[in-house]
Amino acid sequence: MTVIVDIPDAPRRARRPQIGNPVLRWLRANLFSSVPNGILSIVLLAILAKGVFSFVQWGVANAVWLTPANDSSACRAVRGVGACWAIIPEKYRFILFGTYPFDEQWRPALSVLLFIALFYLSSRRALWRRELVYLWIGVLALISVLMWGGVLGLSFVSQDRWGGLPVTLILATFGLAFGFPLGILVALGRRSKLPAIRSLSVLYVELIRGVPLVSLLFMASVMFPLFMPSGFNIDKLLRAQIAIILFAGAYLAEVIRGGLQAVPRGQYEAADALGLSYWRKNRLIILPQAIRHVIPPLVNTFIAFFKDTSLVLIIGIFDLLTTAKTAIIDPAWQQFSVEVYIFVAAIYFVFCFAMSRYSRGLEGASRR
Amino acid sequence: MTTDARRPPPRRLYGAWGRRELQGLFWQVLVVGIALAVIGFLWSNTVTNLSARRITTGFAFLGREAGMPIADSLLAYNPRDTYLWAFVVGVGNTLRVAVIGIVLATVLGTLIGISRLSANWLLSRLAAVYVETLRDIPLLLQLLFWYVLMQALPAARAAWRPIEGVFLSNRGLILPAIPIGPLQFWVLGAAVLGAAVFYLVRRRLIAQQMRDGKPRPAWPVALGLIIVPPAAVSLVLGVPWTIEWPQLRGFNFVGGLTLAPEYFALLIALVTYTSAFIAEIVRSGIQSVPRGQWDAANALGLRRSFMLRQIILPQALRVIVPPMTSQYLNLTKNSSLAVAIGYQDVVSIANTTLNQTGQAIEAIALIMAVFLTISLSISFFMNWYNARIALVER
Repeated sequence: MTVIVDIPDAPRRARRPQIGNPVLRWLRANLFSSVPNGILSIVLLAILAKGVFSFVQWGVANAVWLTPANDSSACRAVRGVGACWAIIPEKYRFILFGTYPFDEQWRPALSVLLFIALFYLSSRRALWRRELVYLWIGVLALISVLMWGGVLGLSFVSQDRWGGLPVTLILATFGLAFGFPLGILVALGRRSKLPAIRSLSVLYVELIRGVPLVSLLFMASVMFPLFMPSGFNIDKLLRAQIAIILFAGAYLAEVIRGGLQAVPRGQYEAADALGLSYWRKNRLIILPQAIRHVIPPLVNTFIAFFKDTSLVLIIGIFDLLTTAKTAIIDPAWQQFSVEVYIFVAAIYFVFCFAMSRYSRGLEGASRR
Repeated sequence: MTTDARRPPPRRLYGAWGRRELQGLFWQVLVVGIALAVIGFLWSNTVTNLSARRITTGFAFLGREAGMPIADSLLAYNPRDTYLWAFVVGVGNTLRVAVIGIVLATVLGTLIGISRLSANWLLSRLAAVYVETLRDIPLLLQLLFWYVLMQALPAARAAWRPIEGVFLSNRGLILPAIPIGPLQFWVLGAAVLGAAVFYLVRRRLIAQQMRDGKPRPAWPVALGLIIVPPAAVSLVLGVPWTIEWPQLRGFNFVGGLTLAPEYFALLIALVTYTSAFIAEIVRSGIQSVPRGQWDAANALGLRRSFMLRQIILPQALRVIVPPMTSQYLNLTKNSSLAVAIGYQDVVSIANTTLNQTGQAIEAIALIMAVFLTISLSISFFMNWYNARIALVER
């Protein structure tokens, strides 16, 4: 048997001796490293245990999971001591799809899946090519066909019957798809050497960012009809969509401007030296680098923006949050709004958490 | 000299102007022209529509009687007051949420940000869960959630009493209060004056320390200047410092300070939501201080509190202050979600005005004016503070 001899002069790695049970060792290092730390851990554990216990009691042990259709008596019986999850199977189709015709609800469901697939594909670095733009155009067109119908044997469904999750995804995605190019133009405008264009861009960004989104939405819902020639009427959803695009454009412009500032001067000079025109210089050399710099903050802006679409509730558009709020107007189920809000919060959380994980991953990747 | 010689001669292709300048002019004329055309189009439509609906433009309506009820306000209001006063009351309500919200969110956010860096695994995990959960759920949903919880609280008769004199019920949070009259204002004035004098004294103490290097503790002076003058004024004027305890009479509470459910829900939602973002800013600010600074401070044998106050925090603040400013602005703007639960902030009152009078443009202009003023004040203050703490390179 060969014996590996420890060379006495070799520097020993500063490593704690590995004695004792690994679990105990971990506990000692992470929870009980000092007396105050130990007291803190015990207090926190007690609070956590109490919190988890009461939530499990309310949300699992005493909860009602299913009731016969349209019957909330079982839920009323446990009111205050148990959750009424039965409201979710009762109302989920209304919450997810609003007043979209019941038999046609596979269409918004399919649209939601298409949206998710589109987001997933767009998140893959390997697919960041020109074809992705065509894919976006294609999928968004397909979703419009699915939602509206009226062609290919699909029955026509007017916009005022849309609701729920597809509306939230439409507002966010179209807001992004149009707000992004707008943001690029405004960001370029803000860094332009031409004073008129620069001041217009600054004015636009500062005005939009200076006021709350709520007031922009009020403006869209109340003032838009005033702006248009009489007799010209555009849909409420489209009006809100325009407000959201203008809002997104201003915020994205600021993020992209940050990216433009991070591109080294030499890149601009090299592009000028090649004799490229302004647009070719930006399209081929500057913007790809600028956007690559700001992908993590861009994703964070998308998250903020996805959450902000819920504000259309205030002007009465049937997005996911509005359908949730409407679902509990029903007198029989009125008292169980907490359960519905938790359900909807979980949906929002899944989307936003996925995006935030992705952004974190990108930050890690770019640091390496 | 040599660089000048190497520069190419200016191109003079189109008379006195280079191609660049001509192109620039072309683009500017085009963009400004389009912008003017769009604005003109919208403007002429608006003028036509307004005259068709017989709405006169201008701010004359502000002098008319508002007639709208405002349930909960900082300033005294009754429905026979003018629209102008209703607006002012709305601004007061917005500021009441924003200022208190900013203070509470900063305190809570800083605590949670520090907790995320704690050596205690449980504490840092819990703080991380708090941050992730609150950041990934829309604020409006959280607001509705808190409001529903408020309404689910017991009625006034069965109110919860966590501490004597504090009641939590579906009427909101009721706290004991000290009635503030003109006499109390003199005391407050004395405290402010004391603080101002302290500021000047501290500057002198620091200047002296700069000269001879001896540290001079400022806190005894601070204590003296902030406590003694108000106490003296209070004794001389005989100011009554009675605490008013809230009492249940019939179906409601009398006396004390009432935070209405709408206000309380809005405040909780704004504070918890914003604190999650502030926590991340504080964490990254502290992490941005290079490891060597901690090591150096430790090597000097500095006390931990001194080290945090004098070495780490001043450096972290440089990273923290600019994003913190935008969080403060966000909180202020987000307070406009109040309209969803019926708390009447400036946006909600402007919206009611708009519906009652049809003065859409004026109402929106007032909202914009209010928020631009608030944003500019916050930015101004934070920029001043940022410049004060900025790195001075010698």
